[in-house]
Amino acid sequence: MKFVLPALAVCALVTASAVTVSASSDGGWLRSVPNSARLRANPLSGDSEAPQAGARLYRRSCSSCHAADASGRGSKPSLRSLRVHNATDGELEWLLRNGNLAQGMPSWSRLPEAQRWQIVTYLHTLPTE
Amino acid sequence: MRTTVLCLLLLFLTRLTVLSAQELPYFVTYSHHLEEPGSLEIETKTASGQPQQGNVFFGTSFELEYGTRAWWTSELYLDTQGTLHDSAVFTGFRIENRFRPLLREHLFNPVLYVEFEDINGANKSLLEVVGHDGHPDLEEPNGSTGQEKKREVELKLILSSNLRGWNFSENLTAEKNLRHAPWEFGYALAASRPLRLKAGVRDCRFCAENIQLGGELYGGLGDIESLGLHDTSHYVAPAANLSLTPSTTLRFSPSFGLNANSVPHIFRFGISYELGQLSRLFRNPERSSR
Repeated sequence: MKFVLPALAVCALVTASAVTVSASSDGGWLRSVPNSARLRANPLSGDSEAPQAGARLYRRSCSSCHAADASGRGSKPSLRSLRVHNATDGELEWLLRNGNLAQGMPSWSRLPEAQRWQIVTYLHTLPTE
Repeated sequence: MRTTVLCLLLLFLTRLTVLSAQELPYFVTYSHHLEEPGSLEIETKTASGQPQQGNVFFGTSFELEYGTRAWWTSELYLDTQGTLHDSAVFTGFRIENRFRPLLREHLFNPVLYVEFEDINGANKSLLEVVGHDGHPDLEEPNGSTGQEKKREVELKLILSSNLRGWNFSENLTAEKNLRHAPWEFGYALAASRPLRLKAGVRDCRFCAENIQLGGELYGGLGDIESLGLHDTSHYVAPAANLSLTPSTTLRFSPSFGLNANSVPHIFRFGISYELGQLSRLFRNPERSSR
């Protein structure tokens, strides 16, 4: 009996990890972006170091889900898509800040805003597939 | 047999990737930042101090924190404690879940926290201060406090905001021993900021962007029968962390007791390591790989 509750706790963690499913993204988040966010200008768009710094941040924070070359992994979408390419800087920064929690994309509001703009700058340097 | 286990462990680790930690330096206060879905954080936190009439103690929590969903984080704690000139004991476990009810960022982001604790009176992890907790609780020998069973439920309302690089977090705690005793209350407030907001071009270890500084203020608010600050303890704690690698974070915080009921000094330190996409292990590799 002494070990029943700890065992149950471990089982609960393992089960939770086993059933985790990340839904695929269909781009529906774009419809949720308010106009004020959509039209925001990237303050680092003229910063020559922003794409390099953004690439570094991408490797640290995003590549485990979206793959090192941003081509996507499993149900995690490719970031070389036309949808990402055509999205405004403001839309991408909004997505990073808010995430798409219901679809499995976490919020990256923990990153300072400047770092989110650096990632956005990098994403717009990626070639499309 | 041993070789098989080693091979399995190696296979397990090679299928995982490390993830950027980006931790806040808090030990007591929670923010609205949850674990990334499918990622596991392994962490130890130690609190050390010496109550006025007791021996130096080290209370350590070993934590496994898992991102069940992007809006739901689950955590398991295993607590131990060692006291000089006394003994070292296992003091129990805790299971907690945190939920984000609002799926967007707001000025104040609420998180609901539910925890079950099965610990004993010798627990000195000091992960929260509630009710009339104070230095007398930490002065009894392990032989007697270890006999005291505490099955408790703990609820928190977490509010947290990110503003111009700063994080501000506020927690209100309610805790109840399921066998007896009234509801006890506590609070925790915290703020922190990275030393540098923009990331540099090159990887670096001891650079400003990897260091966060902040502080916490926490303490008890009495219980439902005697709500207020009378006979409670309070602490102020500067806090710092260093992201040593993208997946490893070191944290340190000295806490200073603010009244006679508090332990004069508590030193906290911790280390965490984050493994990304643990859930990938449970999927069909053919579907997952691209």
